[in-house]
Amino acid sequence: MSQIAFEPWNDPNAKPLIQFKNVTKRFGEFVAIDNQSFDIYEKEFFALLGPSGCGKTTMMRMLAGFEAPTEGTILLGGQDIAPFPPNKRAVNMMFQSYALFPHLSVWDNIAFGLKRDGKSKDQIAARVEEMLKLTRLEQFARRKPHQISGGQRQRVALARSLAKAPKLLLLDEPLGALDAKLRQATQFELMDIQEKTGTTFVIVTHDQEEAMTVASRVAVMDNGKIIQADTPQVIYEAPASRYVADFIGDVNLIDGVAEARKGAQETAPAEPEAAKQAEPEAAKLSEHEAPAAASERRVPQPNARGKWLHDKLFRYILGAREDAPKQLPPPTPGESEAAATASRPDVIAPGGITIHWAEGQPPLIVSNGDPALAGQRVTLALRPEKLGISKDRPESANALKGKVIDIAYLGNLSTYHVELANGLMVKAQLANTRRVAQRDITWEDEVWISFRETAGVVLSE
Amino acid sequence: MRRLTWFNATSLTLGFAFLYLPMLILIVYSFNESKLVTVWAGFSTKWYGTLIQNDAFLDAAWVTLQVAVVSSTIATVLGTMAALVLVRAGRFYGRTLFSGMIYAPLVMPEVITGLSLLLLFIGIGLDRGILTIILAHTTFSMAFVSVVVSSRLVTFDRSLEEAALDLGCSHFDAFRLVTLPIIAPAVISGWLLAFTLSLDDLVIASFTAGPSATTLPIKIWSSIRLGVSPEINALSTIMIAIVAVGVITASLITKRASLRQQADERAAVHV
Ligand SMILES: Nc1ncnc2c1ncn2[C@@H]1O[C@H](COP(=O)(O)OP(=O)(O)OP(=O)(O)O)[C@@H](O)[C@H]1O
Ligand SMILES: [Mg+2]
Repeated sequence: MSQIAFEPWNDPNAKPLIQFKNVTKRFGEFVAIDNQSFDIYEKEFFALLGPSGCGKTTMMRMLAGFEAPTEGTILLGGQDIAPFPPNKRAVNMMFQSYALFPHLSVWDNIAFGLKRDGKSKDQIAARVEEMLKLTRLEQFARRKPHQISGGQRQRVALARSLAKAPKLLLLDEPLGALDAKLRQATQFELMDIQEKTGTTFVIVTHDQEEAMTVASRVAVMDNGKIIQADTPQVIYEAPASRYVADFIGDVNLIDGVAEARKGAQETAPAEPEAAKQAEPEAAKLSEHEAPAAASERRVPQPNARGKWLHDKLFRYILGAREDAPKQLPPPTPGESEAAATASRPDVIAPGGITIHWAEGQPPLIVSNGDPALAGQRVTLALRPEKLGISKDRPESANALKGKVIDIAYLGNLSTYHVELANGLMVKAQLANTRRVAQRDITWEDEVWISFRETAGVVLSE
Repeated sequence: MRRLTWFNATSLTLGFAFLYLPMLILIVYSFNESKLVTVWAGFSTKWYGTLIQNDAFLDAAWVTLQVAVVSSTIATVLGTMAALVLVRAGRFYGRTLFSGMIYAPLVMPEVITGLSLLLLFIGIGLDRGILTIILAHTTFSMAFVSVVVSSRLVTFDRSLEEAALDLGCSHFDAFRLVTLPIIAPAVISGWLLAFTLSLDDLVIASFTAGPSATTLPIKIWSSIRLGVSPEINALSTIMIAIVAVGVITASLITKRASLRQQADERAAVHV
């Protein structure tokens, strides 16, 4: 990728826009925010995610100026914001309860902040129209908040907070009441606005997909603490703790004891006959997937009239027809090597650990585990979509036998709930590329769950 | 809906007769031709005519109106402010005591309120007149306003004010542009209540009124002792009309506001 990644948090020279320094907020005895220090950078889209009551709104209210930290300081652009009242901060907030002014029309609600800025009538009108269009509320401009639907009200609240184009925008569950389509459209609008205006967003959401879509970083909170703040990808693929892995998305957690792996390469502990059985299928698969040699690929040939047209006319304009098909440049040696190991399931990456997870079951091979964990209790976190499910024993680093207990059909995906030998339930997700009738795995079937040695994340708590 | 049983109908009739028959008689006799209050001699509006020519009554009426308007307006401002502080201010030392004390004039016998105010005015050497009546009426009707307004304020969503501040309002602007328009129905009914209370107050006014200014209730009361004249019936009828209009308006405003609030809440639940 030629684009430079937007990662100011990794840049030691970047100046944070917001700095929380040992901020604690107590309500009486209750600790709502527990000694938190973190930075949010300019132009970030910072998502707060966490269970109800973990302190997300409190965090925002401190930024907006409605609550003062009990201890610690909050800096905005390097300046302590404690002395500034809410109306003197270049921060706007969209309230979780919307807080629309019931006595004003939708139009006046949106114009409210602009009027306070002493803008001219034309400027205000233009901006309000722009916001109405953005949130698709044009035909409701004259209505009062109690005359519109819940989702429409949410959009008015959003439009009102966006109207002033503040430096920092705090959105407390901005899209919760919208239908899936409109939500997605609004998410893209928000990202678009952010790109255009460079506004920094802090957004609370209960929708993980939303956090994943819009956020530059996601902060997972629990009980007044940020457990992990990182890019959506890292949060999803490499959660730092069991809590985060469990909170974000679906996950299978397998507990066990780690042991360092010895030897450079191992082959899969596959039973020979099972491996043979699986072979024809594997071969078929590789034929389908591996790029076949270019020369073997047939190029569509013109029919007689086409050939005549080409020879008599197009040849002089467009040049001679190329018989060889277009093709990608040949892979570099590194790439082809990687592809070779990836396409050969019997070669397992070296190093890492094995995890003993159940009596009488082969240990799980995890090549990305830290050998220093040897002897400790660890948890292997596996996303359901990283698990394969098949009736025959697959050639894979890890293959576990189990029984299908339940199948949840999710439209584009199906989730199989499989009970393993020791009673552990795991979930495996498969794309529904075939029609229901043709799928061969059903309830009560004996199946194999398989995953690669690099598919999981080892968590040591 | 269930139909009224004869028992319910009777008790309703008796109850209302008990309440309104005296007033009805008063109103009817204000249109009596005869000078004798208890003898019906035919319909006439002549007592209303003579009333208009009675300067003493008109002066008293003018004083009463001035007192009612000024005192209820001051009471509304002060009462609303008191309600804001008592509902809004977080806990402070003696808060319960304060909020209890604001309701004291509601339960205090009027004689005592009037007497204590009289002693105060004499003590500080304030001549009794229209000013002292206004002060006295403000004192006791303020409590009523504050009760009405604070009952509205407890259900007021503070995040509305926060939103106004967030959008750049000063505290005063937030109150003027958001809080006040929303609680306006309660403030208006508070004002109307204070106005009618002041209009028909006799006890406190008679303690605090001086020779320079007499209110209508005092005037009526003193002329009754010389015998009831149909003129007074006419005057009372006018007062009943004013009070009735005030009370009905106040209750309509409150009713409409609460209906709208219910509609808002219903809508909010359907999110
Ligand atoms: N004014 C207050 N007084 C006392 N406790 C409070 C106050 N405001 C919030 N809390 C408590 O602080 C905790 C965090 O509240 P907060 O509103 O930040 O939660 P949240 O993460 O936004 O939850 P949700 O997702 O449900 O909106 C809660 O347990 C709440 O009860
Ligand atoms: Mg919240």
